[in-house]
Amino acid sequence: MSEIAEHIDLCELLADSHVNEVLDELDAELVGLKPVKARIRDIAALLVVERARKQLGLVGGSPSLHMSFTGNPGTGKTTVALRMAQILHRLGYVRKGHLVAVTRDDLVGQYIGHTAPKTKEVLKKAMGGVLFIDEAYYLYRPENERDYGQEAIEILLQVMENQRDDLVVILAGYGDRMNAFFRSNPGLSSRIAHHLDFPDYAPQELEEIAQRMLQAMQYRLSPSGAAALHDYIPLRIKQPHFANARSIRNALDRARLRQANRLFAAKGRQLTRDELMIIEGEDIRASRVFA
Amino acid sequence: MRITQGAFSFLPDMTDAEIRAQIEYSLVQGWAIGIEYTDDPHPRNSFWEMWGNPMFDLRDSAGLMAELTACRQAHPQTYIRLIAFDATRGFETTRLAFIVNRPREEPGFLLKRHEVGGRQIQYTIESYAAQAPEGHRYD
Repeated sequence: MSEIAEHIDLCELLADSHVNEVLDELDAELVGLKPVKARIRDIAALLVVERARKQLGLVGGSPSLHMSFTGNPGTGKTTVALRMAQILHRLGYVRKGHLVAVTRDDLVGQYIGHTAPKTKEVLKKAMGGVLFIDEAYYLYRPENERDYGQEAIEILLQVMENQRDDLVVILAGYGDRMNAFFRSNPGLSSRIAHHLDFPDYAPQELEEIAQRMLQAMQYRLSPSGAAALHDYIPLRIKQPHFANARSIRNALDRARLRQANRLFAAKGRQLTRDELMIIEGEDIRASRVFA
Repeated sequence: MRITQGAFSFLPDMTDAEIRAQIEYSLVQGWAIGIEYTDDPHPRNSFWEMWGNPMFDLRDSAGLMAELTACRQAHPQTYIRLIAFDATRGFETTRLAFIVNRPREEPGFLLKRHEVGGRQIQYTIESYAAQAPEGHRYD
């Protein structure tokens, strides 16, 4: 019989996996999303304990880690999925740690007999990593009983059940439509252990997100620009088709456009580095939400 | 007679773990792997049947091993090989090919001597297995 350790140091195991670094990065780089971060920490803890159990020779079968991410547009589902792949890789749950992001088009074929090979090919590419199915509810089209989406779901189910050591499937989509999707596919719902709900961002969180986006693009707000953004966000939230961080990104892109226009209007003089970086209040206040 | 074609064929048959390791190596090199099978063991037989399409953009051996298992189940009594294709400009060819499955019994080859003009002899080999029609060669 092989040597089996009697004691295990959880902290040491945790330090070995460097998972704390990824979790701290997650905390530092993603604004808000408290319940999501808490859940990811839980999962990380479970996997570390599972590893410890394995080292002491306790077998429990690997836990099922298929997940569903629900939330409004722009709440960071894809970003978190990418991090999830890294975390699971550090913890040794998936072997390669890459993310394959697909939608209905990548899984479902156009004619009879086309769907199964297509879905299988995507699944093979995702093995060893994470398969992220965005807007998963499009797979199921109840209005068309001959829809090939059902075939893709069946193959997906089979692989999720039989090869759960080889890949983790994350289904993502908007909350209400995902709930309807799971109601009509109970088999899928029961194979997903973790349902993570992404809350909408609060106005001050969105402000922080905007600051970080600008920093990444090497822009910055003047004091009047910051004040304008502060006024802008609550107004934008009330507008139709508000998509959280994505709307903020679009707003910033438009502000950059106006800044470029403003700089052009003042032609005939030399521009400084600061002038090229700073977004003024007028660049944001020209938006139609202030109208 | 054990046929020897492709890499590793003078070694004992590979275990699944060894096959997996070879696949992992090929994937790290960026090669695309295809599965082929045939029941004609002649060394000049270059027309093996494809088991599905060659698999591009894989990251892990699990998908390939699943396909190999499926191919073995469907064609247990044939030769199955993996071929790894390198798409790098300048190579654009197979970089590695090895047999991963063979029939339980391999009857070998008949050497035929054909006398032509004078004392000249032309040699040819013929597989005993290939004398039966395709699909019934290793029943």
